[in-house]
Amino acid sequence: MAETRFLPQASLEPLFAALVRDGRRILAPTDRDGRAELNVVTSSGEVAWDGGPTILSAKSAAFPKVERLLSFTREGGQVALQDAEPAPAPTVLFALRPCEAGGFGALDAVFNWDTRDRFFNARMAALTVVGLSCVQADEACFCTSVGGGPGSTRGSDLLLTPEDGGFLAEIVTAKGEALAALAPELWQPAGGREKRVADLPAKFDQPALTARLKDLFENGLWAEQALRCLGCGACAFVCPTCVCFDLVEEGDARGGRRLRTWDSCAGPGFTRHASGHNPRETQGQRWRQRIYHKFATYPERFGMVGCVGCGKCTRACPVDMNLAEHLAAAAQA
Amino acid sequence: MDLKELSRELLAKGDVQAVLGFRRGTGGRRRPAFIRRPEEAANLVFDAGCAQNLAGYLTRREVRRMGRVAVAAGPDTLRAILQLLAERQLKEEEILPLALDAQGQAEALPTAQAVEAHLALQAKAMPTADRELLDRLGAMDRAGRWAFWQDQFSRCMKCYACRNSCPMCYCGHCTMDCNRPQWVPEASHALGNLEYHLVRAMHLAGRCVTCGDCGRACPVGIPVHLLTFHGEEEVRRQFGQGAGTSARLDYALGTFRPDDKETFIR
Repeated sequence: MAETRFLPQASLEPLFAALVRDGRRILAPTDRDGRAELNVVTSSGEVAWDGGPTILSAKSAAFPKVERLLSFTREGGQVALQDAEPAPAPTVLFALRPCEAGGFGALDAVFNWDTRDRFFNARMAALTVVGLSCVQADEACFCTSVGGGPGSTRGSDLLLTPEDGGFLAEIVTAKGEALAALAPELWQPAGGREKRVADLPAKFDQPALTARLKDLFENGLWAEQALRCLGCGACAFVCPTCVCFDLVEEGDARGGRRLRTWDSCAGPGFTRHASGHNPRETQGQRWRQRIYHKFATYPERFGMVGCVGCGKCTRACPVDMNLAEHLAAAAQA
Repeated sequence: MDLKELSRELLAKGDVQAVLGFRRGTGGRRRPAFIRRPEEAANLVFDAGCAQNLAGYLTRREVRRMGRVAVAAGPDTLRAILQLLAERQLKEEEILPLALDAQGQAEALPTAQAVEAHLALQAKAMPTADRELLDRLGAMDRAGRWAFWQDQFSRCMKCYACRNSCPMCYCGHCTMDCNRPQWVPEASHALGNLEYHLVRAMHLAGRCVTCGDCGRACPVGIPVHLLTFHGEEEVRRQFGQGAGTSARLDYALGTFRPDDKETFIR
């Protein structure tokens, strides 16, 4: 594997046609009123190649905002349960940024931690990720501070990097190889082409931060940083690695369904006990939870950082809670 | 007086314990700032980028605990303060509105009466794009409007940024967060999204100060502010009173008058 080829610009449209012919659903960034948004496309012309990062992450491809886990019906005192069977369409995430591609690893850590989540796994099995390296970064980006990079292949099955007249194509996994094999005539030898990506210096020292967090749990800086936080779920819902979910049941006397929905640690209902007590009563405690889950718990439990530095939370936040800036401040506290 | 100078003075003299304003954020963005020491007042900025309505912070426990709070306020923040006073969520003596003009010059308005007098001189006009879209929606038939909002709500994920950014959404325990009983579905599916936005729109009709913060807060760009703008306009048309104009305003949808124009209620 890890073979590098060249995909000429003129091959893009035939490649999209080959994917459609193969029955794949293509999800790619498109422009909606000036905002980049993931949508189903069938042609390379619909893709916003030079658009900025999408507001929402691609995690919904494997972990949708609402998912039915089971249904139940009640008749004559008998309750019948029906498991929902995941049947995801074969999907290609096209032109996904390397940070987001890396985000699936953090979801996988939780969804395959103790029990193997068949819904997540079915969607991942049907998913092929074609990454697109970044040639520029913005103020919110910090992938290089959390082990990623603008040209990182982590999480991509195939990674494209813009080049004059086309893309350098790194085939990373068997899925990537299978995708390339759908139209072998479209790819050329890489020649001597060099991979050029954005230059993004690290904004903080992550291992040092993780070590520092051990002593900062009771520090006043979390409450101070969170003073302006509105407590909405925008950061968690746009995040490619935020994996917390809630289980809710809806129905009436005749039957209903159990759903899995996205959850957010920013809201007052997060971890509220049945007694009414909440160990994370204040916004500062909930903000601390967000930081610690990603930068202390994940490294300790899974040996990875639970953040890919995509900056989506920073861009989406109505009150400019800049994550990298607050982490840098914590590292120096 | 210059905002920084006035804030420094107020803090140094102990007239207020905190100044709520804006400072520089990521890139060209502006973010709320809670200034508690006189020397920090130099970080304050006030310009066209400072669009957020800061009044929502004034009812928060963490902010109340600071003591008397001065707030750098454009017209929308002042309107929200009046409405919060009318709804008895704030007391005059707890706050000190600092009205700002376009040049960043601040004037302290120590009483509700002073705020009312100041606002009476300010014309409130809806942004052109909002006016146009509202008119376009008004001209559609029901099916057209339904299709428009269904498409918009399909992108909602119920992050509640619209609710939490709203200065009038101060309830300690929102009906949306209530699960015993579950009034509104928690899930962000078609019904859950629709019910949430309808409840919000109705709850703000006659209370919305039309700052537009809910629409600005929406990460996916749904024009949710038009729902509450419309409700507010409708209440103004039917009842002749608008939110955020007076500190003594009875809620139009919760007040009975013997001379009500509707006969069924008399």
